[in-house]
Amino acid sequence: MTSLRRRRRRQPAVDVPQDEETELLARLRAGDEAAFATLVDRHHAAMVRLARAYVPTDAVAEEVAQEAWLGVLRGVSRFEGRSSLRTWIYRIVVNQAKTHGARERRLSADESLSEPAVEPERFTNGAWNRPPATWSHAEHLLLAAETGAMIRDAIDGLPPLQRLVINLRDIAGLPPDEVCQLLELTDGNQRVLLHRARSRVRSSLESYLEDA
Amino acid sequence: MLRRLRLRRAEALACQELVELASDYLEGALPASDRDRIEAHLRACDGCTEYLAQLRRTIEITGRLAPEELEPAAREQLLVVFREWRSGGS
Repeated sequence: MTSLRRRRRRQPAVDVPQDEETELLARLRAGDEAAFATLVDRHHAAMVRLARAYVPTDAVAEEVAQEAWLGVLRGVSRFEGRSSLRTWIYRIVVNQAKTHGARERRLSADESLSEPAVEPERFTNGAWNRPPATWSHAEHLLLAAETGAMIRDAIDGLPPLQRLVINLRDIAGLPPDEVCQLLELTDGNQRVLLHRARSRVRSSLESYLEDA
Repeated sequence: MLRRLRLRRAEALACQELVELASDYLEGALPASDRDRIEAHLRACDGCTEYLAQLRRTIEITGRLAPEELEPAAREQLLVVFREWRSGGS
């Protein structure tokens, strides 16, 4: 078992191979605690974050995620693998969150979707007057832990739906159609939210590198 | 001469418009006509080429963020839930 996992360790987390998932599921169904712990380590924080978009407090979000795990355990014998395991788990979270009197999520003005990707002052007649500087010299900085923490802060500072979409798409690695289905968004709205979120994170990263 | 040609080609799509299409472009979500306009613009515009490189890099680094550490107490609590489930308690 250990050797199997070691062999796959170089795979990025966002791209969990199908057969590893199948193996984990089989172990989970057999009551293997280590398999459950692996899933918890992999998904719990993201589940709490997902739940947090629906419920008013961190404590309730934690509670929702915990209830969702129970839902996962109760339902695992029926899981047929039509979606990825992660999407299936996330759907349980969303459904669980909704039973907690989830507030309605709307694309509203506070999502600031019309905010430009780049400050208008950087263009003259539509062309760059202050174009982005190359990041090639900042390679070591880009990979530094502090930069990761800065990106996480930038993401946490986004409006709720943007934060949710960038988390699911670019961190959890869910495909666009699964995100649309999970959050009940149209494809167009999903893309606008992702565009806004990515633009803001890029912009934060640019400022951060300029100040460094 | 070359410079004037470059400018004219870049004018087909303003830099300010391109940055609003950049994410959709990377998603492969644009119609072929828009994609062609973007690619024509990129061939002539270093600023937008750099912008797109930054956006790609941003997405890549975001994707590499380490999973958040779980509070040991929260983790232990979940393992308790698991053990109860396994013993048929819930």
